[in-house]
Amino acid sequence: MKLTLKIWRQAGPEAKGKMVTYPLDGVDGDMSFLEMMDILNEELVNKGEEPVEFDHDCREGICGSCNMMINGQPHGPQKLTTTCQLHMRKFNDGDTITIEPWRAAAFPVIKDLIVDRSSFDRIQQAGAYVSVNTSGNTQDANSIPIEKAKADEAFHSATCIGCGACVAACKNASAMLFTSAKVSQYALLPQGEIEATDRVQNMVRQMDIEGFGNCTNTGACMIECPKGIKLENIARMNSEYLKANI
Amino acid sequence: MSVLDSKVPKGPLAEKWVNHKNHINLVNPANKRNIDVIVVGTGLAGGSAAATLAELGYNVKTFCYNDSPRRAHSIAAQGGINAAKNYQGDGDSNFRLFYDTIKGGDYRSREANVHRLAEVSSNIIDQCVAQGVPFAREYGGLLDNRSFGGVLVSRTFYAAGQTGQQLLLGAYSALNRQINRGKVTPFNRHEMLDLVKVDGKARGIIARNLVTGEIERHGAHAVVIASGGYGNVFFLSTNAMGSNVMAAWRTHRRGAHFANPCYTQIHPTCIPVSGEHQSKLTLMSESLRNDGRIWVPKNLEDAKAIREGKLRGVDLKEEDRDYYLERRYPAFGNLVPRDVASRAAKERCDAGYGVNKTGNAVYLDFAASFLRYGKIEALTSGHKDASEAEMIALGKKVIEKKYGNLFDMYMNITDENPYEVPMKIFPAVHYTMGGLWVDYNLQTTVPGCFAAGEANFSDHGANRLGASALMQGLADGYFVLPYTIGDYLADEIRTGPISTETAEFDQAEKDTRARIEKLMNGAGVHSVDYYHKKLGLIMWNKCGMSRNETDLKSAMDEIAELRADFWKNVKVPGSADTKNQELEKAGRVADFLELGELFAKDALDRNESCGGHFREEYQTEEGEALRDDVNYAYVSAWEYNENPRDAKLHKENLVFENVELKTRSYK
Repeated sequence: MKLTLKIWRQAGPEAKGKMVTYPLDGVDGDMSFLEMMDILNEELVNKGEEPVEFDHDCREGICGSCNMMINGQPHGPQKLTTTCQLHMRKFNDGDTITIEPWRAAAFPVIKDLIVDRSSFDRIQQAGAYVSVNTSGNTQDANSIPIEKAKADEAFHSATCIGCGACVAACKNASAMLFTSAKVSQYALLPQGEIEATDRVQNMVRQMDIEGFGNCTNTGACMIECPKGIKLENIARMNSEYLKANI
Repeated sequence: MSVLDSKVPKGPLAEKWVNHKNHINLVNPANKRNIDVIVVGTGLAGGSAAATLAELGYNVKTFCYNDSPRRAHSIAAQGGINAAKNYQGDGDSNFRLFYDTIKGGDYRSREANVHRLAEVSSNIIDQCVAQGVPFAREYGGLLDNRSFGGVLVSRTFYAAGQTGQQLLLGAYSALNRQINRGKVTPFNRHEMLDLVKVDGKARGIIARNLVTGEIERHGAHAVVIASGGYGNVFFLSTNAMGSNVMAAWRTHRRGAHFANPCYTQIHPTCIPVSGEHQSKLTLMSESLRNDGRIWVPKNLEDAKAIREGKLRGVDLKEEDRDYYLERRYPAFGNLVPRDVASRAAKERCDAGYGVNKTGNAVYLDFAASFLRYGKIEALTSGHKDASEAEMIALGKKVIEKKYGNLFDMYMNITDENPYEVPMKIFPAVHYTMGGLWVDYNLQTTVPGCFAAGEANFSDHGANRLGASALMQGLADGYFVLPYTIGDYLADEIRTGPISTETAEFDQAEKDTRARIEKLMNGAGVHSVDYYHKKLGLIMWNKCGMSRNETDLKSAMDEIAELRADFWKNVKVPGSADTKNQELEKAGRVADFLELGELFAKDALDRNESCGGHFREEYQTEEGEALRDDVNYAYVSAWEYNENPRDAKLHKENLVFENVELKTRSYK
């Protein structure tokens, strides 16, 4: 199929960016969205132009590197799917596709479609762990039985891949879904109980320092999340936060 | 040629590690504060090593090319992690895990290392649970297990189809805790471009900041390489797009021997190549072989009709199907080890029985499981006279619970519904057992430079069993390297801070800059991918699932020629002073172009078949691998030469005191 791509180009963090239009031919429905981008880049390189820079790595939908705003939707039109797992059969011959980076003050653009998401790392450094030494002198794993339903729920919260689509989808650029998924995983497990108070306070504080917006419960984050992280996590974090502060 | 000393401690196998730990040199806490360690790579091995080293008191710097350690490719491991917990009471033990791993590796790994791995395996699960890793559980609240290829017990712990992500997030959380305490300084979006040696010892690295293009010097008392494997030398593999051999290869260039490069694991259950545009291959977890049956048509005419789209596999009668793994290996059936399953698929496809357009695919069929699970489900839910259709529908629900995410992924990529038609699969490059040669302490042949995880060679021999990569990464990082490195660092307490203002650092930085300049100033004829794809084809066709002398020799010539062409004609646009992904790729492909030739040379040198290394000249009448224990029970460790064909061979003789070398049989 033949496509018209409108892509955000920005030479560096301080440079002014703009949308640039590229026609692209020979796109096959079995290609992934990023393989389509590979073809464009190969063409640009062969013409001696600079290719479009974008983050990507595993191309299996699990590392959370890829992050494209496709026609105004994080990771494009297909539900529960990362950009790398989106396939071109979801588009039609003759389509125009706009591709932009995540837009959020806490995710500054580095180059083209690449943004700096280190703010997510810092939120986790603030408390998303159990302070247990990695010495191997821990108790036998089965001495901590956990109700299956709770373990499954904690697992579900832990499936967040840290891509940032929730922030990109939110009109306030809030990181509540991301942060609450991490808080929830530990809140649901007995291992996390001991440090629960400090954890939620420190992580929320860091989230605010990074410049993420507030949550106004529109739920766009859950709709766009490629892993289906649920809004219940936000409710749970709010209740953890309240508990920690009274 | 010299014979390498693995420094395996004396004494009975089961006591070696405990005794070694008891006699290893320790560094007192006050001194640890004055010692710096660099860890390159932050996946399971690097992340867990960095966290533990920091916790012990060392000052740690970590380096990774991704924007966050959480994205390392350990994250993509699906199936699980082995541990000899024997929670299922099915007779598992440290010895059995050790034995299965040695046998699975076709008797080409080091006994003492493998036993140590089995010994610490249980501790890994304890550690991860304590950290809050959400493993799958049974209704009673205890941990669940599944079984994997090449073994007869259920010892695999898992977290749905994303065990790798959950374990990596566990290691990442431990790392974050140390970053928060200021004991680890992370350098993300950085790539190691050279190892710096001073007086023969590893004293630091040269790194490139991938955002600004700056070339940086970092000094340390020891350097740990945990940068993963080199499967991307094949261009198409299940590795991440950025996975590369650079850190390991730069270390090799500076004197670390590279061991068994030809030992590559080609995983049997991957989604087949769909076209020219293919950028990577996707694995379907080995756990699917617990419930899926692998087959091709019995008759060539049927296979041809399927390929031409005139017949659907699902319509083929039971008696016209060839469940070739069950036929050839009745004892293990669909759960034979990966190398055996891959070769068997290739054998059928080469004989003309392949079932997709390219002829390179076999079926992985769940129809029997739908019915089997559906029957149980119907009976236990009080639905005593369910029809076959009803049972199949119930069975599909059970399968969906077990593998739903994998089925979704398959559907998404292929646009076919595996609940209705069998999956099509084909082997793909997945893991590399070879890597930097290390002794029992995980130290390379460069003093002060260590290697952990997939980047080293030591534990999996010529073939890795499923669910053992995660185990080895965490074993090395949490429980082995942080202690064995003390043996070396105990002599460094009087060294003082490592200066980067020395002639050695000057020279290494100069070399690095010259290399980048050379890459930027090629004649500009072909893109980096052009070369990478060409290299990949040579590797796949001539150094892939089966190899022979003629092909390997021509592969060496072709790669050498391609490498010369690359350095003359490669095209890297843009500037070296900004983010430049083409430049990053160029540096990596340049190293693959050297490694590829050494890989072929290593395969040529090994005149036997073992594990993932299958030489057509050395097979039994039944087409099974024919090992030569008299002449080849050694590790090939290559000393660097800029013309890989002239690399010098050193050997480590493998001594087996606790297992009898047998022909590996899964029949």
